[in-house]
Amino acid sequence: MSVTPESAPPQATIARYTHAERIVHRLTAALMIVCILTAAVLYNGSLAIRIGHRRQIELVHVYAGFALPVPMLLGLAFAAYRDDVSRLNRFTRADWRWLRSRSRRDGSIPIGKFNAGQKLNANLTAGAILVLLGTGVIMYFPDLTRLAWRTGATFVHDWFALAIGLLVLGHIYFAMKDREARRGMRTGRVSRAWARNEHPEWVDELDSSR
Amino acid sequence: MTGASPVDDHRSSALGAPVGRRIVLGVLAAGAAGVLSGDAVSNALARVLGPLEARDPTGLLALFPLGDTFRFYSVTGSVPRRTAATYRLSVSGLVAQPAVYTVADLKALPQTTFVRDFHCVTGWRVPEVHWAGVQLSEVLDRAQPLASATAIRFRSFDGTYTENMTLEQARRPDVIVALQMLGKPVTHDHGGPVRMYAGSMYGYKSTKWLSGIELLDHAEPGYWETRGYPLNGIIQK
Repeated sequence: MSVTPESAPPQATIARYTHAERIVHRLTAALMIVCILTAAVLYNGSLAIRIGHRRQIELVHVYAGFALPVPMLLGLAFAAYRDDVSRLNRFTRADWRWLRSRSRRDGSIPIGKFNAGQKLNANLTAGAILVLLGTGVIMYFPDLTRLAWRTGATFVHDWFALAIGLLVLGHIYFAMKDREARRGMRTGRVSRAWARNEHPEWVDELDSSR
Repeated sequence: MTGASPVDDHRSSALGAPVGRRIVLGVLAAGAAGVLSGDAVSNALARVLGPLEARDPTGLLALFPLGDTFRFYSVTGSVPRRTAATYRLSVSGLVAQPAVYTVADLKALPQTTFVRDFHCVTGWRVPEVHWAGVQLSEVLDRAQPLASATAIRFRSFDGTYTENMTLEQARRPDVIVALQMLGKPVTHDHGGPVRMYAGSMYGYKSTKWLSGIELLDHAEPGYWETRGYPLNGIIQK
């Protein structure tokens, strides 16, 4: 069957993430894992005694923590990254409906490139990373503040670490459930069928701008 | 921002409100409030939930950072275990009477008991820890420091850790060679069988796995002091 350009079927896959975005994701993930593993050794008593080497573990943790926001900041140099950041920033009325709905996956609520859960996760994680960075600085440089604030910083750092751990676990849980979403982050492309199912508004937007 | 240019007006209303930014700012505000109030809040939490945690059969409460738990510091790979039978503490340097103490020797000296918070310089603290042991001034009196002695170097049988204090600081009544902590003999993980405890100083001054007390004529920076912590570890509120 001959295919004329006018009636060309839409491509089977569509571009979801650029190279730069995937590199930012991978570097952030690697730094986050280093932070979490070293945090476990610093925080858990039996690990701390068994593994020891407090100073070295602490240095790895602190420098991985300082580096954690850097890939995201560098990502801002890329238009596609900035575009996705602004999408994650914007909550529509449909997003609020999605968050409240129990049948949010049935396709009745329009979803753009990111669903409301992804937006929530991205913003909570970004905020928590900044809080962990700030409280980490307070703890690591004891001369900066008074003791009461260092105690407060430790308290906040502990609770936010717990919270970000849960966010990361949730993020991995949803990724493990969705092979195509993982492919999107691994290769940058997703199948049109998947996108139509999970992010219909985004597909419409791509099609209308063709 | 609410002001959109007329050109992309319909587009920005379709995009929705900048809630993400508000979430990030809200999280930051919560973090800042926590830094300012965390000292008081964790005190209150520890007071209310601490006793429950101690009696919690599921152990689940211990998973939450209530702000009353020790973090265990070890600066080496593995620390040899010493029992009350194999433990030795040497007192040496600029003293007229060098000595080696066993746990039994230390137990035979006058014992001091008090309850004091444990403060780490980084900010974590454990409220109202029960301590018991021999005042360091008692051990020093027996060793009879020479006139030239001005400072003390503590050594640990972990083989790496060292600490220092001026002789004057070492004679404070709350500086003890601790045999008991939390109402029982000091455990290995807490630096037992014998560790230092200096109530008015940050935790890094309280050498764990104490093996030696050496009197010097000058202050020799300890493990953390060569890595950025102040030579003077007196707690400043």
